[in-house]
Amino acid sequence: MVRPSPAAAKTERLLNLVIALLYTRQPMSKSRIRTAVPQYAASSDEAFDRMFERDKDELRDLGIPLRTEVVDPLFDDETGYRIDRREYALPEISFEPDELAVIGVASRAWSQASLAGPAAQALRKLEASGLTRDVGSVAGVEPLLHTTEPAFDAARDAVLARREVAFRYRGGAPDGPAERHLQPWALTAWHGRWYLTGYDLDRDAPRVFRLDRVEGEVRATGKPGAYEVPEEHEPRAMITATATGEGGEHVARVALRMGSGQQIRRRGDLQKERGPNGWDVIEVRVGSLWALAEEVASLGPDAVALEPEGLVSAVVRALTEVRDGHGQQNHYENAGDASKTTTKIGGGA
Amino acid sequence: MAETATQRLGRLLTMVPWLMNRQGIDIAEAARELGVNQEQFVEDLQLLFVCGTPGHYPGDLIEASWEGGRVHVGNADEIARPLRLGRDEALALIVALRALAATPGVGAKDAIERALAKLEDAAGAESRRAAQVSVSLEVGEVEQQRLEQIREALAGPNRLHLRHYNPTRDETTERDVDPMRVVSLEGRWYLEGWCHRAVDVRRFRLDRIEDLTILDVDGTPPAGARPRDTGASAFSASPGDVLVELELAPGATWVSENFPVEGVERGEDGSQRVTLRAADPTWVRRLVWRLGGGATVVSPPELAEEIRSGADRALQAYGVH
Repeated sequence: MVRPSPAAAKTERLLNLVIALLYTRQPMSKSRIRTAVPQYAASSDEAFDRMFERDKDELRDLGIPLRTEVVDPLFDDETGYRIDRREYALPEISFEPDELAVIGVASRAWSQASLAGPAAQALRKLEASGLTRDVGSVAGVEPLLHTTEPAFDAARDAVLARREVAFRYRGGAPDGPAERHLQPWALTAWHGRWYLTGYDLDRDAPRVFRLDRVEGEVRATGKPGAYEVPEEHEPRAMITATATGEGGEHVARVALRMGSGQQIRRRGDLQKERGPNGWDVIEVRVGSLWALAEEVASLGPDAVALEPEGLVSAVVRALTEVRDGHGQQNHYENAGDASKTTTKIGGGA
Repeated sequence: MAETATQRLGRLLTMVPWLMNRQGIDIAEAARELGVNQEQFVEDLQLLFVCGTPGHYPGDLIEASWEGGRVHVGNADEIARPLRLGRDEALALIVALRALAATPGVGAKDAIERALAKLEDAAGAESRRAAQVSVSLEVGEVEQQRLEQIREALAGPNRLHLRHYNPTRDETTERDVDPMRVVSLEGRWYLEGWCHRAVDVRRFRLDRIEDLTILDVDGTPPAGARPRDTGASAFSASPGDVLVELELAPGATWVSENFPVEGVERGEDGSQRVTLRAADPTWVRRLVWRLGGGATVVSPPELAEEIRSGADRALQAYGVH
């Protein structure tokens, strides 16, 4: 027989350990566990100790309720281990076929997001009993959730663990990203974007953060369960207020080509007047002119900033730099340089 | 990303009860339903039958066979029930179900409420924590009405006639569509179906459908019609993508952390030169305009030229030359 790979040997060892601990009625002492799991029996004392400690942690991380108990009540100096079958097993839930169908929709909603694996696994667990789905009632309805923001996983962990975090954030400051400290309260998807809400320790106030403006990693800096989430916290209301610029101090006007600039249109009001080229004019209230300037610049020739002057100059500055940075001399007249770079990446195309 | 030994254990602990309740299932079907290829599936079964209760005599081991392409698993009483839902498993289902429950027009409200109640009960504390993560699938009044009409057409199935506004071309067209599904993508709802005008599968944003009628005509799409790929929108790489090389100034290097870049060369001054693939160069243009000089497209030269001329045209509106 072919020898299993180290990873396969480890899975085999862990599976034997789980079965042994579920099988036993009495807590098993470490020495009994060592004889019960073949891969342990074949190791040195030291190697076994190390392996067993790590294996226990990994089983717990997987959500397996591993109990530590006294082996014999009369001699409480020896601890043993077991897994309670009732604690281990998914409760017996009987789902109706139409309920399983909507759970299927919920599971597939994550199929292209970071929770795809857990979502599929959960569905298989619930369907293990062999019931079939009746998809008729929800056939053809498919909400698809995306988690393209790299910070999603760490933000979710921090929210669920109620753990303070630090991250670099590109907020409304023209001088670049700043380090922010937050007690995260909730993670919310709204209009196709993920937002982290919480108590901002730098500003001493509740704040909203767009996950796609987080730079690099979200680092957990505090202990789990270190604070409470206020019961009255309503992430959606807070996000809507921030995104629509409610209470924002700047009133801006932007002209938009027909159909473009949906994000700005959504937040602002269409004016009666027509802009340059007969375009729509949108009035929008914002907290940060800088963030709006970025948005207007990103639309290139499909948007024109009209007011205030600070917005107009920021957009003009950004686009002038882009134009000059992509001047012809960089790419065509200086052909030697351009051909070098093209050759370098050409192989991968 | 390769599966870790522990992840594989989690998968096996789910697979065993699933198979025990489907004795004799076809091996290809089982592998497909369990989301693994057949080779991996056979390796999983081979691993199962060398594991068992202490002693590990033949009678202690799990029985796993796939003779004649029919899978049987037995003698695994200890793990015959699935492991309870883990944190992320409960989170994924509960968050998505709550989103559906709060969305008008998706139908099956009753089934959603019942399923949610049972799951919340089974997940216990995990379901309370899941409240901190939520998704809102916005549905406006018009979209809700469209959703309901399309679900009705799907149940038929009936063909739909629609008047649709395309903002990019600034034109309104009339089309007959055999509906395939309604999808919510990045905060928007779309009808996807076989369009008889385009003779292809097309997607229409519900809030841009100005008028919709259910026709008294069979709406079964052609057998070959396949749903369009909904991969992570602009960011999923495919062979036809444009390879873009960008020079990032020190203040713009967050780009390489936020987008799937393929190669990063770091300059001594903190700048970076990165390559990335884009299915649709539109988002690269937008990104570069947004960065206001923080990023320069090195290649392809056509894209660099589009960005330059786009910025130039934009500046003309301000009288800047």
